[in-house]
Amino acid sequence: MDYIIAFLIGGFICGIGQLILDFTTLTPGHMLVLLTVIGALAGGFGLYQPFLSFAKAGALVPVTGFGASIAKGSLLEAERTGIIGLFTGAFEFTGQGLAVAVFFSAIAALFFSPRS
Amino acid sequence: MPSEKARKQITKMPETIQAAQEQKRRQEAYQQLVAERTPKPPYLRHFLVAFMTGGAVCALGQFVLGIFMGRGLDINAASAPTLAVMILLGIVLTAFGIYDEFAEFAGAGAAVPITGFANTVAASAMDFKHEGWVLGMGAKMFIIAGPVIVYGILSGVFASFITYIIRL
Repeated sequence: MDYIIAFLIGGFICGIGQLILDFTTLTPGHMLVLLTVIGALAGGFGLYQPFLSFAKAGALVPVTGFGASIAKGSLLEAERTGIIGLFTGAFEFTGQGLAVAVFFSAIAALFFSPRS
Repeated sequence: MPSEKARKQITKMPETIQAAQEQKRRQEAYQQLVAERTPKPPYLRHFLVAFMTGGAVCALGQFVLGIFMGRGLDINAASAPTLAVMILLGIVLTAFGIYDEFAEFAGAGAAVPITGFANTVAASAMDFKHEGWVLGMGAKMFIIAGPVIVYGILSGVFASFITYIIRL
């Protein structure tokens, strides 16, 4: 059941991204920023957590979930340790992924070249 | 009495206005023609392809999330390693050139999941290494993903700040 919901919700968010690309003149870079900001605002206002509990990976894997994860770490840490936590927590849930992205992208660049 | 020079200008003015109007009309007609002739993207097909492929990536993410949640982590604790694994997967597929082929077919279905974010980082790192390891690969790795992080932090910290103040 979790798989079906993740497929439907996650797929729907990707479909919206495609509609943004087709109906506007925004580039993919703009579209990703837009979705991330929507997710981060929803996360910061506490709206994304119930959505995440329902849709699980369907809410986490699209880039909206990345934005929401930034906001969630920020909010959780602020409530735990005070206002400085806003900044301490920003990478609480995303830092691991970012470190992986930097480390392994550098490794990839070391051993692989672009095809075209 | 208007001077000779002024009278010449007055009689000349309508012509320039007319010419300007004519030019504007032609430009508008051209723009309209361009809009008519530009092929419309097949909206529904694009949407469905992005829906199916993006949904499949998310279902794969659910599998990874399930592994971490099965080890006793709650969804918050499991989300960080799940994102990390999906990012690693995106980088490996990018390194072998598979993700770019997938993206060509899937469109936003490949770009919107976090694997697409990883793809932009890895592809930029590979693309810019010819400009040098420090100022090329090192500096431009986040050339597309950077704005996502910048505006994610800006809006996320801002919204969290508002919520934090309200809940005080």
